[in-house]
Amino acid sequence: MADHNPFPGENNTGHVWDDNIRELKNPPPRWWMQGFWLSILWVIGYSILYPTWPVGDEPTPGVLGWSQIKEYEQGVERIEAKRAQFEDRIRDMTADQILADPGLKQYTLASAKVLFGDNCAACHGSGGQGNPGYPVLADDDWLYGGTTAKLTETITGGRQSLMPAHKTMLTEPEVDTLAHWAVAMAETGGEGGSEAGWNLFRTKGCVACHGQTANGHVVDLPNGDFIGVGAANLRDGIWRFEPGGYESARHTILYGVNQKDAPESRSAVMPAFAEPAGKLSAQDIKKLVVYVHSLGGGM
Amino acid sequence: MNTDPESTAPVSVDALYAEADDWHVNAGGQTIHAKRIPGRWRTIKWAMASVWLIYLLGPYLRWDDRQAVLFDIPNRQYHLFSVTVLPQDFWMLSLLLLFFAILLAVMTALVGRVWCGFFCFQTVWTDVFTWIEERLEGPPAARRKLDAAPMSREKLKLRAIKHGLWLLIGFLTGFSFVAWFTDAPTLWWTFFTGQANGAAYVTVALFTAGTYVLAGFLREQTCFWLCPYARIQGVMLDRSTIVPTYDERRGEPRGRVKREDEGERTTGDCVDCNQCVAVCPTGVDIRRGQQEGCITCALCLDACDQVMDKVGRPRGLIRYASLDELEGRRTSPLWLRPRVWVYVLILGLSLSGILYGLTSLDPLELRVLHERAPLFVLQSDGSIQNKYTLKILNKTHEPLAVTIRATGHESLTLAGAEQPIATAPGGVTPATVFVRIPRQALEAEQQPIVFRIEAERTTGEPAVTERESVFVGPRPRSD
Ligand code: SF4
Ligand code: SF4
Repeated sequence: MADHNPFPGENNTGHVWDDNIRELKNPPPRWWMQGFWLSILWVIGYSILYPTWPVGDEPTPGVLGWSQIKEYEQGVERIEAKRAQFEDRIRDMTADQILADPGLKQYTLASAKVLFGDNCAACHGSGGQGNPGYPVLADDDWLYGGTTAKLTETITGGRQSLMPAHKTMLTEPEVDTLAHWAVAMAETGGEGGSEAGWNLFRTKGCVACHGQTANGHVVDLPNGDFIGVGAANLRDGIWRFEPGGYESARHTILYGVNQKDAPESRSAVMPAFAEPAGKLSAQDIKKLVVYVHSLGGGM
Repeated sequence: MNTDPESTAPVSVDALYAEADDWHVNAGGQTIHAKRIPGRWRTIKWAMASVWLIYLLGPYLRWDDRQAVLFDIPNRQYHLFSVTVLPQDFWMLSLLLLFFAILLAVMTALVGRVWCGFFCFQTVWTDVFTWIEERLEGPPAARRKLDAAPMSREKLKLRAIKHGLWLLIGFLTGFSFVAWFTDAPTLWWTFFTGQANGAAYVTVALFTAGTYVLAGFLREQTCFWLCPYARIQGVMLDRSTIVPTYDERRGEPRGRVKREDEGERTTGDCVDCNQCVAVCPTGVDIRRGQQEGCITCALCLDACDQVMDKVGRPRGLIRYASLDELEGRRTSPLWLRPRVWVYVLILGLSLSGILYGLTSLDPLELRVLHERAPLFVLQSDGSIQNKYTLKILNKTHEPLAVTIRATGHESLTLAGAEQPIATAPGGVTPATVFVRIPRQALEAEQQPIVFRIEAERTTGEPAVTERESVFVGPRPRSD
């Protein structure tokens, strides 16, 4: 920038670059100046109507009394009002009725997805795909039954099954036979399984929980439902404790499930979710029942 | 750039500024009162501008018991005669924008700022406003006199009528805009009984004020200082672009007509009558060459042609010409320039894309989302189950009962789709279905399956659409 002004009398600011580029003092167009002053008036008007100037901790409130948090709260209220119609209907209906109503089911699934993520996904996986030691909810293998009534019971009161440790009750060859038998049962859909295995199954007390046909039902009811104690179905290819197979079967037989005095015991506990012990309201549980039932294996 | 620190401003630069000194761009300090004369280009200009009548009258066209073209924002539907476009088809919008963007660039490169001179709403509305002004207040000289005159009853009356008419046009402009988005006849009723949507009043108010200020007061100032497109256009022109041009070689040196023998004339053809400047709506002197203020409205062509007729010299002293033509270079006709063909190709492609889109809109649309957690599940009967969420979009105006089928594997069973799905018009209905395939029947970890949805419309026409997805299973055992 040069100090001398090579263009005297030109109405320039005296700022010259590259010898000939000058900054002139021509006034902006009139309409432009009018716009400029108008925008300043606008700011003044705006700051009277809306919260603007910081005074102390709070900005000036503005005569309209508008605030962002109020607008947000109103928005939440509007959403709540919209939800309320659905929530009211859910309150008056059973899970089965909700499942039969496509529109309400859609709402319930969408809202229960969040509940599932917050309460169930940590153990059962985000899509109900299960985790090592935690059952898959997306298949049709239900230890306690997959009707909405049973699901409600499970979520409300939790579940904790028991299987005694057979380490001291069975000989090593007997454990071996039973484990091989269980693997064969799983691989053949219950048709295989050695005679020796069946004998041990019947005489060593396994039938009491796993049922006469080893399908995990203590009593099969005529309506298709069953009475069970949460024992695994040994006739299908689904393993309660992944990965399945001989070693896994052997381990379960030796140390049992939820045995306090056997540290190697399988642990399988589902906590109760109903208030006051748990944190879910009856409404939330109903929604979760619909959700879990719809994951793929509901009965 | 001059990098020599010793150099003072060279003489040539002074000359440059001396030239610039006498060039004045009106920065809004004065109102340009352009003269109106009839002529060929004036007629063409009105004809082109009348395209905007579609904008004003279009909302009253009917089709199938509704507005022919309706941008129904609340219901997110766009009706174009018999076609209904939903947001899902908006890829066509990008083609449409591409088409118009290229069109604008092509036109500018070939024939200059024809958009500005003939179609631009700023030009057209200003033209209508000044036409009204002339009807009321008379020719430019009378208007300048009136501007300078002190306020009188007569002046007040004229001004009131003028501003009233301007505001009325502004209002109609805004109202027509809103009418494209709602049923127009209903809007006339609701608007004046205070029942219309608040947004409608705000929009009409903004348009009225905007039209009034922009076309009534800012006028050519908009083209000079506000419009970004006007600035971009400078780089779109080249030597072969044809724009209104003053033929300097023929016109200069200019001089008044003298009673002398044509053969002894020492001056060029320009008689320095300044008619070209008087008619220019942006106050530009075209004899200084192509410049930012010229909107290529060609009104100066009309003016000069009339002068040439009067003094008995050939027309075309100012004419549509390219720089090449003016400098006597060889010019090739439009259809022989490769660049024209490239433009035409792009335009054709985007246009056919739009036409394809409009003609192939399916009444149903299907999206298939394959569940990822878990990818697949082993069922107790030994089959592998995959979960899918189907999103069915019903683009018709009637509720449809949609049947879902799946194909792709001979042992496949579909669960959850026993009942047809009831879908609402214009909405997306989700449906969750399960596909099961026995594990032994699976040959590959992944295989394609096809979902097909069908419905029957009230007309008896079937609506069918398909979408491919994938079925995932465990890795087949190698043994
Ligand atoms: S110079 Fe001629 S073409 Fe350009 S804006 Fe003026 S009248 Fe129109
Ligand atoms: S109208 Fe034609 S003759 Fe008259 S000043 Fe313009 S260019 Fe020259």
